[in-house]
Formats: sequence, structure tokens, C-alpha cells
Amino acid sequence: MMNNTRWSAFASLRGCAIVLTMLAPVVGEATTVEEDMVWTGGLKHAYFENRPITQSDDVIVLDAPNRAEDAAIVPISITAQIPQTNERYIKTIHLFIDRNPGPLVGTFHFTPKSGRADLAFRVRVNAYSPIRAIAETSDGELFMSRRFIKATGGCSAPAASDLDAAMARLGKIKLKTNSVTHLARPTAAQLMISHPNLSGLQMNQVTHMYAPAHFVRHVKVSFDGEEIFSAETGFGISENPSFKFFFVPESEGQLTAEVTDTKDLRFSQTLQIAPASR
Amino acid sequence: MLQLTCALWALSCRAVPVQTPESCSQSTAVVQVAAGVYVRPGHTAVVFEGDEIANIGFVVGDRCVAVVDTGGSPAEGQALDCAIREVTERPVCYVINTHVHPDHLLGNLAFHRPGVEFIGHAKLPRALAMRGDTYLERASAYESRVLDESIFVFPERTVTRVIQLDIGGRVLTVRAHKSAHTDHDISIVDEQTKTAFLGDLVFLEHLPVIDGSINGWIGELEAMSGESLAYVVPGHGPARALWPAAAGPTLRYLTGLRENVRGWIASGGDLASAQDKIGQPRSEEWLLFDRYQRRNVGAAYAELEWED
Repeated sequence: MMNNTRWSAFASLRGCAIVLTMLAPVVGEATTVEEDMVWTGGLKHAYFENRPITQSDDVIVLDAPNRAEDAAIVPISITAQIPQTNERYIKTIHLFIDRNPGPLVGTFHFTPKSGRADLAFRVRVNAYSPIRAIAETSDGELFMSRRFIKATGGCSAPAASDLDAAMARLGKIKLKTNSVTHLARPTAAQLMISHPNLSGLQMNQVTHMYAPAHFVRHVKVSFDGEEIFSAETGFGISENPSFKFFFVPESEGQLTAEVTDTKDLRFSQTLQIAPASR
Repeated sequence: MLQLTCALWALSCRAVPVQTPESCSQSTAVVQVAAGVYVRPGHTAVVFEGDEIANIGFVVGDRCVAVVDTGGSPAEGQALDCAIREVTERPVCYVINTHVHPDHLLGNLAFHRPGVEFIGHAKLPRALAMRGDTYLERASAYESRVLDESIFVFPERTVTRVIQLDIGGRVLTVRAHKSAHTDHDISIVDEQTKTAFLGDLVFLEHLPVIDGSINGWIGELEAMSGESLAYVVPGHGPARALWPAAAGPTLRYLTGLRENVRGWIASGGDLASAQDKIGQPRSEEWLLFDRYQRRNVGAAYAELEWED
């Protein structure tokens, strides 16, 4: 299954050169309809079938730079516009970059204990592409925040710049919060994982030389045993994945991150949290 | 066709007419920066937004010619090949690629023929394999024609530390560097004239671009500053410059940027805000600042956040 996906993705990547050549002169005038061809032409249906998706920035707002100066590291953030209450909360956020070889970059899960369904991380962007975050609320509704990103930057490529450095540190994890955390208040945390996050697409027909796929595929963060944030991720996440998210410490406790990659290597890290009172 | 002869660092050049061989219709102007050492000066531009961007060149020995970088397209490589034939009848025996970037390497195909050996850093093949697809897409879009992988010529001989090449009466020292501008930079010293092709280890005028390691790059430049070289050919900027003065702007930019980014990380600022806010250290005026500064901040941030 994984192999099939990879090879069909590879085939579509190869087709890109032709598409780009034809579109390049008119990119500046491209309409939203043209930009969204990949999405409306099958991507949306593949993941959401006929479910209605409301395009609106009322539930989440996606922030991405207009231009990706370095295709390998594009910082993006998602800011929730509704609170995480037990009655209604943002349960899942899907992030798509339509024209990437693997358009679904990641699926991120939140709970009421997350406090806020805010998220920041870094992605690879292969080409001019719409980027869309789709929030699913606990009552089953879908809301989409959409931006358009211009991948550029001359010599940059969505590949590691210093693969050996990333490999040498493989699996090292940093887990951080603000220096002062407050009881029962949403608290920002950052999880950093040293990992090359290789796509396995970076292959050359002449030499048959390539780096096999090796990327972080699952992340779970819990506070005192209760899940607050988890994610299924792909190689659209930049090397050395970094996630910023929120959680609500209701007491002293342990923040634990568990990470699994495609070779089934597991890495974890724990941070003691001692919140100041309100 | 003109061949330019140069005086000193600022390149006050004098045009000298040179006979053009019948077979070459499209040559390019080269300047002699030291005895037998020639440079095709580049024009500062973003990759795939212009032609003849990088400084590329060649060294003429008694036996044969070593080419250092081949330009941004096979056509550019061919024009360099023609310029070589205007200077000497000796054959090209080596093509040395300083690193993977397309403005330096995509002219390789023009020299792909029997008797020419391609030389690069041991990590160059991997870098080219990993970036090849992206470069093909961009090159195809820029040239408005579909290119395929046959445009790439991989090195036959790779360098892990240092090798010497004898091109007849003069020896070239080819050194593989630690991760710096890229993770596979090569420099070439012509021992006879003590002139060095430094590839993109040194930028002048054109904002330095980090695609390897900011810490590694600063370390390599500091280590190289003590070397006694007469002239260097930077990857971008004038065709030749004095050493170690030529390293100054790049080194000052990188150390200033590192200080700013380290400070940003220490104060808890994130990558996106760093890219929005961190400007250039004020000591130099750089071209293409608007196109590469955010990228450099991102690359520096992603490396330096793992320092402790």
C-alpha cells in the first residue's frame, strides 16, 4: 500500500514539469478555480467524499507566508477561533498542500484538555499550491481555512540541507513550555524531534540513488496519562519536526511525548510541569 | 569575441580581440585573473530568473584544461567550452563541480564526452539525487521546455578530503569541505599562481545563501583565512578578489546573523516571527537581500535551535 502510494505520487511529480511549463506564464493571473483544480478534481472527494465543508475563517485561521523562500522549511500556524469546551471543541485538523507529492501533510487531534486547538509547525512545499487546514468539530462539522503559497527560492529544494547532521541526532527530543505555567490555563508547549523526515521520493533514474522513506508517522502527547494532542504525519512535515500546541495543566504532572517513525523506531521524552497557581 | 585582461581587484578590464574558431558560434566573455586562470563573470540574479549567474572558469595546463563549474544550462556550458577553445587548443580533461546548485552545475552536459572526468565532493551525488526532480521542474519552467534527467552529469571521481590534479606543469589542489554553504562544497587552488576557486564558500555583492550549516560555514571560513592565497574567485560578485579580505563580508554577515538568531531563539521567539523581523547586519549592502534573507533566517534558526 505504502509503495503504491509512493510510486503513484512519484508519477504525478514527474508530470509536474509539464504542467508547470504550461502554467508558468499565467500563474500571476490564475483564478481560484484554476488553483483549486487538484482539490475539486478528486482530492477533496478522496478524503471527505460528499461531506459539506464550509470555507470560513470563523473556526480556524491558517497563517502561511505568501512565498516560501525555502521550500524545505515553511512555517505555518493554525489559530482556533472557538474555545475547547466539553460541549463543542475542535476534534481534528487536517492539513493539505494540494500539489505536494503527498498532499495530506498531517492529521492532528485535540481534546478539551488541549485548552486551545492552536498549532504551529513547518512544512515542505514542492510547487505553487493551495494550502488548506480543515477543522472537524466534535459535532461533526467541517470548516476550511485556505491560503495560496508560492514555492520559490531558486536553489532551494524540499530536501535536507545537512542530512548527516540530522541522522547523527536521530530521535533526540526537546519538550518545552513557557518558563512559568499557570494552573488550569491553556499553556503553550513545543515538541521538537530530530529526524531527517525523508520522503523517499528523492530518487534519480540515472544513478538509481535515493534515500529511502524514513519519516515520523505518529506523535502523541499526554499530560498525566490523558491525551492532549496527537498526530499522524507524513513527509510533508519538514526535517526535524517541531510542533507548538496547547494544554491545560489542572495539577502538577508529567507531560509526555511519544514518537514513532516509519521504521518503527520509538522515541519519548517527559517534562515535569509544576504550574503556579492562578 | 573579446577576451578581457584584468588589472587588480576591482576588475578594470581591457578588451583584447581574440580569434574565434569557426566551430563555435556562441562563445562567452572570459577574463584572465591570473596566468592561465580564466573566469566567466556572473551577473547577480536569483537562480532560474536569469542566465550566467555564477562565476565559473577554467585553468589551462601544459597538458589539458580543468573546468571549474559549468553554469546554469547546457547552452551556458557550451559557451564556456567555446571560450576555452578561443584561449587554447588543449583539451578539457576535468570538470570540477564546486557544489550542487543549478547556476553552477547545469552546464555539465556540454562537457560530457570521452576524455573529460567529472569530479565532485563525496556528498554531491546524494545532494543531486535528492534535489534533481525539483531542479528539473524549475529548469523546465524557466526554459519553457521539458528537460529530463539526462541533463545531469554525476561525478565519476569523488573527493572526501583532498586530491591533487596534474594538468601539465601545474597542480590543482581540490579540497572537500565540511558542511558550510552546502554539505558538499569543494574549493580548488591553482598552486602555480596561488589562485583559488572558492565556489560559494565566498559571496561578494550577492547575499550569502545558507544551504548547509551556518556554524560549519563560519568555521570553514575562519580556518581558511590563514591560508596564503594571492587571489580568490568568489562564487558570486567580482571575478577575483584578494584573500583573506574577500572572506570578510560573508563572515561578518554570517556571524551577525547567527548572533541575531541565537538571541531570537533564547528569547522564545518562533521561526515565523524571526523571518519577519530579523534584518541584515548593517555592515554591508547586499544584493538580493529581499529574496534570500528570510530563507537564511529560517535555515539558521532550524540549525541553531538544536545547539544546546
